[in-house]
Amino acid sequence: MSNSSSLWSDALSRLLKNKAAVGGAIILLILITLAILAPFIAPYPYAYQDLDLGASPPSSAHLLGTDVLGRDLLSRILYGARISLLVGFIATTVALFIGVSWGIIAGYFGGKVDSIMMRIVDVLYGLPFIIFIILLMVIFGRNLWLLFLAIGAIEWLTMARIVRAQVLTLKNQEFVLAAQAMGVSNFAMFKRHLLPNILGPIAVYATLTIPQVMLLESFLSFLGLGIQPPMSSWGTLIKDGVESMEEYSWLLIYPGLTFTITLFSLNFFGDGLRDALDPKTSD
Amino acid sequence: MLSIFLKRILLAIPVLIAVASITFFLVRLAPGGPFDAEKAVSEQVMKNLNEVYNLNAPLSEQYFDYMSGILVGDFGPSFRFPGRSVTELIMTGLPVTFELAIYSMLIALFIGTLSGVTAALKRNTFLDYIPMSIAMIGICVPTFLLGPLLVLIFGINLELLPVSGWDQLPGDKILPSLTLGFAYAAYIARLSRGGMLEILNQDFIRTARAKGLTETMVVTKHAMQGGLIPVVSFLGPAVAGLLAGSFVVETIFQIPGLGRFYVEAAFNRDYTMILGTTIFFSFMIVVFNLFSDILALWLNPRSRDI
Repeated sequence: MSNSSSLWSDALSRLLKNKAAVGGAIILLILITLAILAPFIAPYPYAYQDLDLGASPPSSAHLLGTDVLGRDLLSRILYGARISLLVGFIATTVALFIGVSWGIIAGYFGGKVDSIMMRIVDVLYGLPFIIFIILLMVIFGRNLWLLFLAIGAIEWLTMARIVRAQVLTLKNQEFVLAAQAMGVSNFAMFKRHLLPNILGPIAVYATLTIPQVMLLESFLSFLGLGIQPPMSSWGTLIKDGVESMEEYSWLLIYPGLTFTITLFSLNFFGDGLRDALDPKTSD
Repeated sequence: MLSIFLKRILLAIPVLIAVASITFFLVRLAPGGPFDAEKAVSEQVMKNLNEVYNLNAPLSEQYFDYMSGILVGDFGPSFRFPGRSVTELIMTGLPVTFELAIYSMLIALFIGTLSGVTAALKRNTFLDYIPMSIAMIGICVPTFLLGPLLVLIFGINLELLPVSGWDQLPGDKILPSLTLGFAYAAYIARLSRGGMLEILNQDFIRTARAKGLTETMVVTKHAMQGGLIPVVSFLGPAVAGLLAGSFVVETIFQIPGLGRFYVEAAFNRDYTMILGTTIFFSFMIVVFNLFSDILALWLNPRSRDI
């Protein structure tokens, strides 16, 4: 146990030296806090309309301006953060769950099980999933939970490959053989012995999956196939912004900026985490 | 070598059949018939409509009819555009999307490999940092944000380029191609930088330099062949991404391509159109993945034996 904690503390000290990663982490923490506190700190309710005001540029009453219906943009971005971040985390969790289980089982049992399971992954890799998600949204309606599930269900493939490769290197080591000799059940083997040893790569890949998932959600919302009004995610805000950008450019610029900064932070943090946990890959 | 190709091709066939079948049954699962959204029609009209679109036959018969239709390139009639077949609609949109994809890919390959290779050669200098920072922006700014921003800057504020359309005004192809290509340029830059860095450290490069070859020869004749393999492997999946990107770009710039047809079909619940295009897209993607795998195998002799 002392060995593993020193691995993590080594990684932490390497991570803290990486300014881009630390900056990213700080921005993310601020954003998550703001998103959680949105109902308390947002200056207006997200659906509150001031039709007399209409679209107004940033002012002291509305720091980031208002949209065509007189809704406060800052409040809508804060509430949008809840949806966008929630999609990011939940869909990534779904992807993690499927990918890790799939990879551990394939890697640990090996042989025929492995080759069938990985062949399935290979095949799924080649399919246009974005189209299937659109298909699902059309057929079953634009349901938020279905969206989480569908996005999560397509992002697990790389995770399965990574986990399998890790398990393959672990499964012939003495501690696994010892555990087998003691008659540990398969489930306990996965949970107590294998999983703790591959948390590093899993954590890294999870941080890199979140921005992908958020992009996917906003992509669908932008096409009008994701989050439906009056709820707003950053994708729907950008969509609204594009529709009125000629007259009211702030409606596009602020949500776009928020989204881009978030993606930047996630990517920098993920890259930093990868370099910290696996010094070999950093150049 | 040949047997690997054959194996790959043989594997692609069941995949395509599975995709077509799953899509077919998914669409049939959709709640409500295709004509439910219309104004209330009499029972007889409904019956006739179902008759015309072969919806009264047993599901298994419909399925085999549809599958055998696909084999000869017949995706059935469109539900929303009476009198036009899905194949016809696909063929109208395909050339436009194809042209857009080619321009974007050329932009992406040119900018991407040029900046990636330069960055690898001039590692840890400004020629490395600047293109790689721009590449990070390219990865983080989604297409649906980049497109409108370019329109806002070059189309509306500077009035240099048309803001929408395809093949109507001079220069109206520039912004859509740039928008779609930029993200791929960014990925390709990162991939080619990584690939080149790995290759440049190897012994045969040192040997080539020791022989007294010029740096240009070392880079173009020896390093790039291996260093660009990651880029080649990326091209197959990139086609899938290009299709998704074309949905957005064609919607933003109002380009009458396959991507916009697809999004419109999704909105109109034009089931046959969605079904046909999904199968068609899957087919293209499987084929392109096959090509890029084969190309990567051919470039990298070490992986041929596997």
